[in-house]
Amino acid sequence: MNWLNILVQGGLLGGFYALFAIGLSMSFGIMRLVNIAHGDLIVLSAYVALIVTESTGLDPFLSTIVVVPVMFALGYALQRGLLNQTLSGGLLPPLLVTFGISIIIQNGLLQIFGAYDHRLKEGAIETASLQLPGGLAIGAYPILVFAVAVFAIASMQLLFYRTRLGRAFRAVSDDADTAELMGIDNRKLFAMALGIAMVFTALAGILFGIRTIFAPSAGPIRLILAFEAVIIGGLGSLWGTLIGGVVLGIAQTIGAALDPNWQILAGHLAFLAILVARPSGLFPRTRD
Amino acid sequence: MSLLETRSLSAFYGDFQALFGINVSIEQGETVAIIGANGAGKTTFLRSVAGMLPTKPEMVIFDGKPIGQLTPHDIVRLGIAMVPEGRRLFPSLTVEENLLLGGHSERPGPWSLKRVYELFPRLRDLRHLPAPALSGGQQQMAAVGRALMANPRLLLCDELSLGLAPVVIRDIYQCLDAIIAEGTTVVLVEQDINRALDASTRFYCFQEGHLALTAPTKDFNRAAITAAYFGL
Amino acid sequence: MEADRVERGTRASRAFAVIAAPVLVALVTLPWWWGDPGWMRLIAEMAYYLALAQLWNLLAGYAGLVSVGQQAYVGLGGYALFYLTGPANVNLYLALLLAGPFAGLIAIPVSFAVFRLRGAYFAIGTWVVSEVFALLASLILVLGAGSGLSLTVPILRQISSDRDVRDAVLYLMSLAVAALVFAIVYLLLRSRHGLALTAIRDSEPASASLGVNTFRTKFIVYLVTAACTGLIGALIFLQKLRISPEAGFSINDWTVVVIFMVVIGGIGTLEGPFVGMLIYIMLRELLADYGTIYLILMGAIAIAVMLKAPFGIWGWVVQRYNVQLFPVGRRLVLTASKASER
Ligand SMILES: Nc1ncnc2c1ncn2[C@@H]1O[C@H](COP(=O)(O)OP(=O)(O)O)[C@@H](O)[C@H]1O
Ligand SMILES: [Mg+2]
Repeated sequence: MNWLNILVQGGLLGGFYALFAIGLSMSFGIMRLVNIAHGDLIVLSAYVALIVTESTGLDPFLSTIVVVPVMFALGYALQRGLLNQTLSGGLLPPLLVTFGISIIIQNGLLQIFGAYDHRLKEGAIETASLQLPGGLAIGAYPILVFAVAVFAIASMQLLFYRTRLGRAFRAVSDDADTAELMGIDNRKLFAMALGIAMVFTALAGILFGIRTIFAPSAGPIRLILAFEAVIIGGLGSLWGTLIGGVVLGIAQTIGAALDPNWQILAGHLAFLAILVARPSGLFPRTRD
Repeated sequence: MSLLETRSLSAFYGDFQALFGINVSIEQGETVAIIGANGAGKTTFLRSVAGMLPTKPEMVIFDGKPIGQLTPHDIVRLGIAMVPEGRRLFPSLTVEENLLLGGHSERPGPWSLKRVYELFPRLRDLRHLPAPALSGGQQQMAAVGRALMANPRLLLCDELSLGLAPVVIRDIYQCLDAIIAEGTTVVLVEQDINRALDASTRFYCFQEGHLALTAPTKDFNRAAITAAYFGL
Repeated sequence: MEADRVERGTRASRAFAVIAAPVLVALVTLPWWWGDPGWMRLIAEMAYYLALAQLWNLLAGYAGLVSVGQQAYVGLGGYALFYLTGPANVNLYLALLLAGPFAGLIAIPVSFAVFRLRGAYFAIGTWVVSEVFALLASLILVLGAGSGLSLTVPILRQISSDRDVRDAVLYLMSLAVAALVFAIVYLLLRSRHGLALTAIRDSEPASASLGVNTFRTKFIVYLVTAACTGLIGALIFLQKLRISPEAGFSINDWTVVVIFMVVIGGIGTLEGPFVGMLIYIMLRELLADYGTIYLILMGAIAIAVMLKAPFGIWGWVVQRYNVQLFPVGRRLVLTASKASER
């Protein structure tokens, strides 16, 4: 087993998982919303990209200019129209409403597209790789995805700590009632938050659709992977989410090196082990 | 015309009624104290005015317009700001970010970051610290500053002196003069009767959700207040 | 006021019993006077879903344990049956008896991990655990790996060599297990733990501060639910004759639709799961020709109910007409009878 190779490949895979996780982490951080439909929204983004590329001939990367606004609008509308109504009623309403959305998306896609596998085709970059000394070959595409994940988290960081909107997000996350007293319209702000979360979800969906075949049922496992990255990293910690993704990616790669069938299982087991040993994740936020 | 008027204001927490038909009338430029024992409904009254509890439109009249139906964020824009009980600064924000957030509604007026720092010079030195790193008195200053950033016409202060040392309380109440000098109407809620009466021109005394007594401060009668306060 | 409600509730439940009793008798004797295998299979499925819904309701509606990983125990129970009767060569009835306790045993270490999570995170945590079992099942050769296991004819002959008798026995077992689960849930709610459960449902911190041992109560509920779910899983797959990791640990089949039933029918009531189950089966049978439209519809109804009538259809009925079909003292036999109304 080549440990360096495993660390590098696994780490890069972690970029994917971090990208899956950002939207989930954000909606939890701001609205305390655990969005069960998150994985299906990732897959839905891939399908939207599929429609765009097939109807306009745009290449998948460029389809971003359509997919991102579409998903932003969908997120905004979902929060305004449905999810805001679930905020005051305890644990069950948000959980079950997003569960309902999840089933509707999955089966809606199934009705429209059938159970077939689809894929977004990007061409040369999918297979290009960099040869490093020591016989290490790194795929160009995983590097790109990792870079996007780092970029996404860095821009979230900027948004949260350098803008008026981000300040409002943090305030609402601290104390929603008092934030209202300061003139913040929480409902609009939450809609904005899910909209922005969906921007990252859209990016994740497109990049995922290029790398892997997808079908309407592909959402739930993406949700689980995102969830694992968030919990491993520590709830509400942005860079923790990236590290959580990397830990998960490395665990999976180790599992896969032992036996290709063990990849996902190894990730789950690492997650459960960390959960038992450190319930609040590797990098818990000091407060809350 | 009064700046703030409440007409038969009632408030509920679920089935529990906390206020019973409160009629209050506060003129522009006045400083009014609301006193009463713990649990009398003072905080509930302020929360109702600020829109945090559901009320009928006509129960709260501000500047001649019914506002009982509005949300807190709408009411701030009309010019009512609150210093909440227990200060409630945002712990993950720095002092300066807390102040800036107070100005979220972007109401024009005399107060700015600069003016608030002039009023509370200590805050300028501490502005990059997270809010929980401040002492109780400094936190109270930040909470007052945060409310001022909304440039309110009516400032609601809930228990400014709560948990603070007497010297610190004196400092904060001194700053209140500068605020009143700007023409701001102030409502002071206090359990500390003397403190509140010293700073105000008129007072209301609440007792178990009812209005028990109101009078100008200058001709207050200690026995009457004690009776109203304790419901004797 | 209170006495009035009890009075009326009793009258409603008595009227209900008058209608239900003959239906129940008809159901139990069905194999002798009708015995249509298709109908018996449908009614058996309703009985299983009813039992699963009662259990999830106990878990989420009373103990506040919103699990979305109950499919783990359906699969474990099913696999236990197939492994024991097949490779281990154990008698079928003995294997059925062992399936439930086996699932309950596995639930002990599982609870150590998932009980560390709160609220929605508990939910997804239980799901991850179920995925682990599914993946393990797909890796273990003696369990047939990815393609799973089948029940062979000799095993089925242990019930009877006559196919009609077999169908009848499976059918009656489904009614029995639904009744058993209803009895367990009912008795648990009436026990000391039931009081604790109601307290937890209403306010966990408050009941903890009043000395209710919330952890132990939740733990017991979790284990009992897992064991019952395991038994139901064994019976479900005994009827299906085949099990695979995908079918055994399917979140959609064994948890999602069950959750929808409970939510639509009315969470936190004993009657709600009946109502929800009936609506689900009705929608599914009526819309059978239109693919998965019925699932989309279930999802939409569940959302609407959650937002507009959080206590479900039954909660609405109770509010409106002030009736209760299972007041204190009601018997378990009603389980199967209500299932028969369709
Ligand atoms: N969130 C709440 N839920 C239920 N009852 C409350 C709540 N807040 C206050 N109360 C009750 O309302 C009454 C008035 O409380 P409050 O307005 O806080 O009094 P004060 O500020 O004068 O001490 C008290 O009896 C108190 O117990
Ligand atoms: Mg108070």
